[in-house]
Amino acid sequence: MKFRKIGLMALASLFVASACGGAPAAPTAAPAAKATDAPKPAATAAPAAGDVVTIEYWQYNFQARIDAMNELIKQFEAQNPGIKVVHNSEIPYDNFLDKIAASAPAGVGPDVATMFNGWVPSWVNAGYLVPLPEKDFPPADIEKNFTSMVQGTKFQGKYWALPTAVRSLALFWNKDMFKAAGLDPEKPPATLDEFVDYAKKLTKTEGGKITQEGFAVEMNGQAHQWFREILTRQFGQIPFSADNKTLNYGSATACNAWKWLTKFETDYKTGSNDLFDGATTAFTNGKLALHIDGSFRLGALAKAKDLNFGVATLPTKDGINANFGSFWTHGITKKGAADPKRLEAAVKFLKFITSPAAGTLWVKTTGELPAQLTAAADPTLQSDPKLGAFAKAMGYSYATFFVDETKQRKNLIDAFDAVRLQNAEPCAALADAVKKDQALYDEFWAKNK
Amino acid sequence: MSLNTRRVIWAYAFLLIPLAFFLFIRFAPTLFSFDVSLRAFNPLAEVKPYVGLENFAKVFKDIGDPTHPTRKAFENTFKYVLIGTPIQLVLALGIALLLNSITRFRTIFRVIYFIPFVTSAVAVAWVWRALYMPDFGFLNLVLGLFGLPSQRFLLDINQSLPSVTAVVVWQGLGFAIIIFLAGLQAIPETFYEAARVDGASRWDIFRHITVPLLNPTIVYLAVLQTIAFLRMFTEVINLTRQGDGGPLNSTTTVVLRVYREGFGSQNMGYAAALTVVLFFVIMLITLVQMKFLQRRFEY
Repeated sequence: MKFRKIGLMALASLFVASACGGAPAAPTAAPAAKATDAPKPAATAAPAAGDVVTIEYWQYNFQARIDAMNELIKQFEAQNPGIKVVHNSEIPYDNFLDKIAASAPAGVGPDVATMFNGWVPSWVNAGYLVPLPEKDFPPADIEKNFTSMVQGTKFQGKYWALPTAVRSLALFWNKDMFKAAGLDPEKPPATLDEFVDYAKKLTKTEGGKITQEGFAVEMNGQAHQWFREILTRQFGQIPFSADNKTLNYGSATACNAWKWLTKFETDYKTGSNDLFDGATTAFTNGKLALHIDGSFRLGALAKAKDLNFGVATLPTKDGINANFGSFWTHGITKKGAADPKRLEAAVKFLKFITSPAAGTLWVKTTGELPAQLTAAADPTLQSDPKLGAFAKAMGYSYATFFVDETKQRKNLIDAFDAVRLQNAEPCAALADAVKKDQALYDEFWAKNK
Repeated sequence: MSLNTRRVIWAYAFLLIPLAFFLFIRFAPTLFSFDVSLRAFNPLAEVKPYVGLENFAKVFKDIGDPTHPTRKAFENTFKYVLIGTPIQLVLALGIALLLNSITRFRTIFRVIYFIPFVTSAVAVAWVWRALYMPDFGFLNLVLGLFGLPSQRFLLDINQSLPSVTAVVVWQGLGFAIIIFLAGLQAIPETFYEAARVDGASRWDIFRHITVPLLNPTIVYLAVLQTIAFLRMFTEVINLTRQGDGGPLNSTTTVVLRVYREGFGSQNMGYAAALTVVLFFVIMLITLVQMKFLQRRFEY
């Protein structure tokens, strides 16, 4: 009897404890509430200035981009005294999607958010984004003024997001190694045939072990993009159907590109991603001569003081140029569109941060290239010894319509591993990977008719 | 209220804190994941509709596909348990017996064996990753000294899983040793004396006194280590390139799959269904172990 009483008391106090436990939820909601409440005091303090609209902008934590965006916001607010932009850049990359996901049901979070181009379909699918208003962002103007990559984010016939800047790929080469191998250090391989030839010449072995790599396929780096979007085109295969529903990079024609790529490790033995903790690390430490990487690598390579390297446009085949682009792009959320005043402010802000001027500011701070073609065509940028190679590719760069970038990358990594570790037949391994990719697309399109 | 009643009330009051912890930090998320496993759970979407057992159907379909990463994850997880747990228990018991029989430097040895256990698993994994490197890794340098060919360890499809297991066994060894030592010291010395007087050999003593009396400790450790291997994640994500459980899914685990599906591909429903399946697998294995390993003992 006594015990039951105590048990009841314990239960009662548990409820009290749980009520207390629930309380701390309030402060976490508070900052968001503060953001929307902010206009009120401003309005009463300075009624002449009219209402100040506050919008929230989110991007993940990356210092160069934060600096660039802070500068853009400063300029934007100076031009638009009626709008205040709250910049949230505290979220680490790994948690970015989680935080966005946690904010959405609570009705808080960004009015304008930056997402990876590959995320657009799933964000649209979730009902998180609103289409860019066509009167403010006419599709014809977008297609005329922006790099061709942006068209890869067109979804359900509409544009949902626009970038400030984009990244593309280029060939990095180590000039000192070229000299040591008797090659002209200012003349990187221009064609795929030359590329193979140079990679062989630049490989050094000692007692059966590779001590200097000519070229190593880094499938978990940029090699899968190089293959999927670039090499396939150069070997005569358009990798995706126009509606992005059918994948063609597993075809016999595409497999010629695949075989060309796998041979570096299986036949020519010019290097391996297993050596020197990966190809990027190997190139940074002067152990690898030829490397395919993105403009985002320039920052890290600038810190490698002893590295004497050049950057050139990707090698061509039969005169065919192609490049792969990826970018972070800004969209307006449902929350941002819920209130006409905020939507108006969000549209103004989006126009400002995607302007050619914003792109020019951005490239100086981040090394990413302006998404607007007029800014990318700037002669000083085009002739820049490092950035020029990336800028030149703007006109022929393709952004892949990814359904699940992580899995699609993994499928090609596995196909490549099957070839090099299990002696699998290259075309069969590739076909298997593309079959898995196709299943992802079928599932995706079944949900997004 | 008597003094005794008050004491009991206080005891319950203090117990409420761990109880609240378990309810809100442990049970609530578990129940939440059960709920998620029944939904098409797009984290960004406002509506997350119930889809019945669709996620589970997909999980079991994938388990049925011999090349699917989920199937590989289950196979590997069981391999980790079957290879790792016995090796860990035997090694730990052996070392504990040795430590129990020495008197000098005993504390130092114990500290040495226990240090890996208190070290961060992430740090341990990255150090081992360097040790395992092909060509220029420490282990291959040692092999080279003996004129043995260098091995690819984590980069080889067949060596990768044992290599990962070795790291986990090495790290968890200290904990098992300490528990065994405590168990060994709880065995009354008089039993050993009586046995020696009766002329029992060392092996007889070990078999008929030490092992039976250590049974509760062995069961406890077997269950604990099995659960630890079933939930393996940190070591694999840090030891493998880009944490993908490769090469060719040869080291991936169920929990790593949960993480990749849930937070890499945003398939929260599928990931939750996998969690629920793992939950029942762990429960089942634990119950079986308790039933068959546990033996009642009368002194």
